[in-house]
Amino acid sequence: MNKRILFGLIVITVMVASAVFAPFVATHNPLEMDLSPEGQLQGPSMSHFFGTDNLGRDVFSRMVYGARVSLSVGFIAVFISLVIGILLGGLSGYYGRWVDGLIMRLVEVMYCFPTFFLIMIVITFLGPSIVNVMIVIGLTSWAGLCRLVRAEFLTLRERDFVYSARVQGVSNKRIIFRHILPNAMAPIYVSATLSVGGAILIESALSFLGLGVQIPTPSWGNILTTGRMYINYAWWLTLFPGLAILITVLSFNLIGEGLREKLDPKLKERVN
Amino acid sequence: MTRYVIKRLLLIIPMLIGISFILFVVMHLAPSDPASIKYGLNPEVSESARANFNKMYDLDKPVLVQYALWMKRFISFDFGRSFIDGRPVMEKIGTHLPATILLQVCSILVIFLVAIPIGVISAAKRGSLFDNAMTVLVFIGYAMPTFWLALLLIFFFGFKLQWFPISGMSPWYTAYLDGFGKVQDLLWHLVLPVVATAFGGLAALSRYSRSSMIEALGEKYILTARAKGLPEKRVVMHAFRNALMPIVTIMGLTLPALISGSFIFETIFAWPGMGRLGYEAIMNYDYPVVMGVAAIATFLTLLGIFISDMMYAVVDPRIRLEKHK
Repeated sequence: MNKRILFGLIVITVMVASAVFAPFVATHNPLEMDLSPEGQLQGPSMSHFFGTDNLGRDVFSRMVYGARVSLSVGFIAVFISLVIGILLGGLSGYYGRWVDGLIMRLVEVMYCFPTFFLIMIVITFLGPSIVNVMIVIGLTSWAGLCRLVRAEFLTLRERDFVYSARVQGVSNKRIIFRHILPNAMAPIYVSATLSVGGAILIESALSFLGLGVQIPTPSWGNILTTGRMYINYAWWLTLFPGLAILITVLSFNLIGEGLREKLDPKLKERVN
Repeated sequence: MTRYVIKRLLLIIPMLIGISFILFVVMHLAPSDPASIKYGLNPEVSESARANFNKMYDLDKPVLVQYALWMKRFISFDFGRSFIDGRPVMEKIGTHLPATILLQVCSILVIFLVAIPIGVISAAKRGSLFDNAMTVLVFIGYAMPTFWLALLLIFFFGFKLQWFPISGMSPWYTAYLDGFGKVQDLLWHLVLPVVATAFGGLAALSRYSRSSMIEALGEKYILTARAKGLPEKRVVMHAFRNALMPIVTIMGLTLPALISGSFIFETIFAWPGMGRLGYEAIMNYDYPVVMGVAAIATFLTLLGIFISDMMYAVVDPRIRLEKHK
């Protein structure tokens, strides 16, 4: 197996496992405070691997629980954008004409807009919560996928097996989902894997700005908010959550890139 | 060419309408009440004062009517007044816009001046130590939560080394500096925000120019150039001109990301720009300011994309000469 994919898979597996079994992995209760002067802002030690925050809570345990937030937002947001992207891209590529024109204008609007601002606005006005974050990220990040699916459909719909299906009187719906879509899945998988990393980055930025998961529920982003306040005294509050985000996103990207190379040997020859 | 320019310019209008409509509807359908946010639960403010407030800002009318009224004022560049301090939105944006434009232009310059050479050298010396190191850096760049990078920059260069100031643009003491000193101080304050803002674009653009260069270096005319016995430097220049085309279009696509980033970085670095204004307006449910910032941000993005389209026409004669067909 490709080294990149292997590295990515190992990291993601460890992350997912520790998120799922968080109560067993965490060394402390993530919400338990220790407001004694010695308890607050302790540096990393054997009893607190990544130190403690301003309220004396164990940062390692908070990060283990925070992984739940980041990973679930990543997966579910991408799932939502997959559904929208495949549906709109498929319609656009299969039917062409005005359907295509309309959907492509919509895609252009999404491309030209600083989406992060839109996400911030929507989240603030709907109220910040993990569910809203998932939905809004999903609803604003399907444009790239839509283009990709459309391009696949444009070439596939001219292929002989589609003609033969049409001649046999197979319904359009069945042609789209049963005949064309399975053949278009490979690049969609690659793009989806890369999108998970992107969604995690957006979620962490939102949480950092106070627009994501609300305290006291821990997330990597909102630990960094505290880290920013105490950056002068407590480097561990900033270093570890950021590293966790970086490594997780990097792993998803490595898997995505590795898959892309595997699926497209031509690309490997040309680019590497 | 003129027809192409006009066509592209006209496309901006429906885009602006579409985007502003989506935003407007989202904001106004949301279950929040500006009057109660402004006056809170203050019992001194009577029911009629609240009603007056709603009436003054047209909040008592249906959403579509409100949008039509907003659009009508928007055409004459009047975004209304802020809910919070009652100042005209245009005036607020006017005082914040220059700082954002300064930051963005510097970031774009840094991205282009650093990323393109990296990409070109990587492509020309494919497989070299430099190329491999850059590939690793690009992977990290793609995965980097850039707001975290901003925190690291503040920690190392602000607190530990104390090389650069960590917040603001022009502190009180600049009033006592002469012209040269002012510029120097401004550049000093720009360093960290620009590095943080440019980082994401750097990774993307250097990767992009690398693959674009590699593609160009594989073309037949490169073989010809080599066969003619041109020095390697000239050969690379041959490819570079052709590789430039896709690179230029990418500029348009990096703009939305840059502007998105400004909302975070201006907040972190206390940069007195439009991003911070927008963030604060969102936090205060200040509809008119949010809409104003959104409209200007969208307009700037579309303008950037328009400019990069034009550049595309300049580098690619096939588009420039279309009218002769």
